[in-house]
Amino acid sequence: MMDFAHWLPIIWAVILIAAITIYVILDGFDLGIGMLFAMEHDRGRRDVMMHTIAPVWDGNETWMVLGGAVLYGVFPGAYGTLLPAFYLPIVLMLLALIFRGVAFEFRVMTKDTPRQKLWNVGFMAGSGVAAFCQGTILGGVIQGVKVTDGDFSGGPLDWLTPFSILCGLSVMCGYALLGATWLVWRTTGPLEESCRRWAAKLAVGLFACIVAVSFWTPLLHAPYLRRWTDWPNIAFVAPVPILVIVLGMLLVRGLRQGHSRVPFLCALGWFFLCLSGLGITIWPYAVPPTLTLWDVSSPPSSQFFQLVGTVILLPIILTYTIYSYRVFRGKVTETDGYH
Amino acid sequence: MQNAHDLALLLARFQFAFTVGVHIIFPAFSIGLAAYLAVLEGLWLKTGRDVFLDLYRYWIKAFSIVFGMGVVSGLVMSYEFGTNWSLFSKKAGPITGVLLSYEVMTAFFLEAGFLGVMLFGMNKVGRGLHFAATCCVSVGTLISMTWILASNSWMQTPRGYTIDPATGRFLPDDWLAIIFNPSFPFRLLHMGLAAFLSVAFAVGATGAWHLLKARRKGVTASEPVRMMFSMAMWMAAVVAPLQVLAGDAHGLNTLEYQPAKIAAMEGDWDTEGRAPELLFGIPNMQTEHTDYAIKVPLLGSLILTHSLEGKVPGMKDFPRDQRPPSPIIFFSFRIMVGLAVLMVLVGVWSLWLRRRKTLFTSTLFHRVTLCMAPAGFIALLCGWVTTEVGRQPWTVYGLLRTTDSVSPIVLSSMEISMTAFVIVYVIVFGSGMGILLRLLGRAPEEGEHDTNASHPADILATGMHPKTIEASSEKGA
Ligand code: HDD
Ligand code: HEM
Ligand code: HEM
Repeated sequence: MMDFAHWLPIIWAVILIAAITIYVILDGFDLGIGMLFAMEHDRGRRDVMMHTIAPVWDGNETWMVLGGAVLYGVFPGAYGTLLPAFYLPIVLMLLALIFRGVAFEFRVMTKDTPRQKLWNVGFMAGSGVAAFCQGTILGGVIQGVKVTDGDFSGGPLDWLTPFSILCGLSVMCGYALLGATWLVWRTTGPLEESCRRWAAKLAVGLFACIVAVSFWTPLLHAPYLRRWTDWPNIAFVAPVPILVIVLGMLLVRGLRQGHSRVPFLCALGWFFLCLSGLGITIWPYAVPPTLTLWDVSSPPSSQFFQLVGTVILLPIILTYTIYSYRVFRGKVTETDGYH
Repeated sequence: MQNAHDLALLLARFQFAFTVGVHIIFPAFSIGLAAYLAVLEGLWLKTGRDVFLDLYRYWIKAFSIVFGMGVVSGLVMSYEFGTNWSLFSKKAGPITGVLLSYEVMTAFFLEAGFLGVMLFGMNKVGRGLHFAATCCVSVGTLISMTWILASNSWMQTPRGYTIDPATGRFLPDDWLAIIFNPSFPFRLLHMGLAAFLSVAFAVGATGAWHLLKARRKGVTASEPVRMMFSMAMWMAAVVAPLQVLAGDAHGLNTLEYQPAKIAAMEGDWDTEGRAPELLFGIPNMQTEHTDYAIKVPLLGSLILTHSLEGKVPGMKDFPRDQRPPSPIIFFSFRIMVGLAVLMVLVGVWSLWLRRRKTLFTSTLFHRVTLCMAPAGFIALLCGWVTTEVGRQPWTVYGLLRTTDSVSPIVLSSMEISMTAFVIVYVIVFGSGMGILLRLLGRAPEEGEHDTNASHPADILATGMHPKTIEASSEKGA
């Protein structure tokens, strides 16, 4: 029997990865729609795109606040090491999210004035830059952070490498795919058709990205490679690439055959697989390649107190989140003027 | 090298103060406005009077803008603890991080989950559920305030922890003692009242502006305008005196737990009984003397100890490296208190005008209340400056110094980010304030919900118009 202090960080790591996955999926389609804004110039269509996410984006972004807060309270060692290490991309991401977030209201309030164009640009650029920064930060974590005596000791631009840039572009592509398939589900007519075409192209792009990142990652650190190739691990992880291919085929077929929900669900599946793959790769490190989950944990008294609240509150949160999504379910059209 | 570190620390502090100072304006606005909206909708449901629905529709547009700005500026704060104060986060995260997580789970999700229904859902869920959503958002803002102030108060008056000798981390022992630390109840009350007062004066000034405009056009102001002005002035008359009492109690609490802060606020150097109160002066940290002092004898002891003989602490009692910078908080405190006095006077004046039945016709009074528009927010910021600067040189009072809290960020990164923050905040929040003022510059119409009904696409925010309301209430019935 291992003790409490051993298990708590593992439980928390699972909760944290779940929260990040939920964030990536939910805010992913918001940010993706922000990027697709650049492709759709028609004002009516743009309003529809906005309407599909206006009532829910704030809740989606809150998962990111939760991710930060959990890291801060449960893994303060990781919070205090990773945030300084990625100082510049984090600040850039936060500033980009400011532009994205205020655009929802500001666009409507400046309707019929030239300033609306500015907030449209802010919305598109904010979404794109935020997605890119999130990808580079993810890539930067995977490739590792220089740590001495438990504190970050590298330079301000250590994170900027070809690998992290590839990850940034992959996340942009992936979010855009989520956005496009979300719109396929939630809209009708020409907008839906145009999103089907975009989704097909983005699916191909994202597949290429997944392949590239998958082959590059194991080359970064020897333990990463061993994680995937050693027996018996390989028996468990071999299905992952196969599932990725199956889902990809389903996705493309769903788009061709006019299904409205299947493409979105397949895109979700892809994200789920990629994030679990990454989780498996870097486990049990919180700050690769030096600090493990246990090195960065807060004391059991903190982790336990927070766990009690989380176990009670998360189901409640999920319940009313689902409720608020249901209030706004169904296809959105241009005559749905709730703005 | 040492200089670069000091400069980076200074910028980290400046950046934190700037971003949190901008942030706090919006939450304070949201806390007060959400409660006001819940009251308005409740009154509308209870009385069925259109004036309350008109006001609800008018203020919810402002709310959606203010809330959005609160969310994006708050997101920055939750990551800034790690980017700017990583050493602090590592040591105090086991306590403050957990409190922040509880804030996210009990408050932010509640606000965000029901905000969509509140803003866009009136024609989808029926009146009762919509009112429930408004209440959830309002309660969410209050819960949020409670957690963040528990966290901040713990940093001011830490309790319920032990320090791990090996790592210097704070280990939580007793969560109740941590949350209900000695300064928390006072800070919670004082900040809550501050938020309500700030919004009362903002709403009052909006009312005053439209009363003045109507008067210039030679018409009587509409019912919603008079109603909002009257409601705001009731708040001012009741809450402003309460705030003085709360502030006084807060000061007594601070005298007990952070005497150095009180000495610096008062500009006192020597501990003495029968101490005077300084109305003005320029505290000089080098010469240990407050120049140009204007004193009122005995008042200092009377205010701080409620007795003429009471001893008031002086800064010389504390080593030089543990004195907060008196010149800043000496003034920020006086601005806050001065504004409080003005607010009380406005409240009393409103009561007097009400008795003489000239509340809606006294142009001078309307001009004065218009000028008081930012008074609450300025007092609130000055209050925070007093609290936070007065805590220096500590982040966790008496235990962890600010110099030992800062992140290992190189100066150049700090310079880049500081510049970027200032530029982006000025553009975004400046535009936001512009949009807000333009919105409030337009008078609420009587029966506003009718006028919009013919252009469904133009309906802002709630999309409430009579047809859908009837339809949904039938569905609800
Ligand atoms: C007195 C109240 C108060 C104070 C002192 C603060 N906040 Fe705040 N905050 C709120 C009251 C609030 C609020 C009223 O609850 C907001 C405003 C809009 C909103 O969504 O919630 C909010 C929003 C808000 C959000 C966005 C939540 C979301 O996405 O829905 C975050 C992450 C923070 N805050 C974090 C902070 C941090 C780290 C602070 C300290 C430095 C801080 N706040 C000070
Ligand atoms: C919202 C209103 C607030 C304002 C206007 C404000 C203002 C300030 C200012 C001016 C400083 C710099 C002090 C100095 O360097 O001399 C500061 C520092 C700081 N404040 Fe606040 N503060 C606010 C709220 C909070 C809250 C709610 C928290 C914590 C939950 C907090 C935590 C800190 C920390 C960690 C620092 C950095 C360390 C320090 O310099 O003390 N502040 N704040
Ligand atoms: C005569 C009236 C008032 C007195 C005596 C008073 C007293 C105080 C004191 C002593 C503090 C510092 C607490 C500490 O950190 O130790 C404080 C902080 C503060 N004040 Fe006031 N105050 C008054 C009026 C106001 C008004 C009118 C507002 C705003 C509308 C306001 C808003 C605040 C805020 C936001 C803080 C910081 C949060 C806190 O520590 O509570 N105060 N006040």
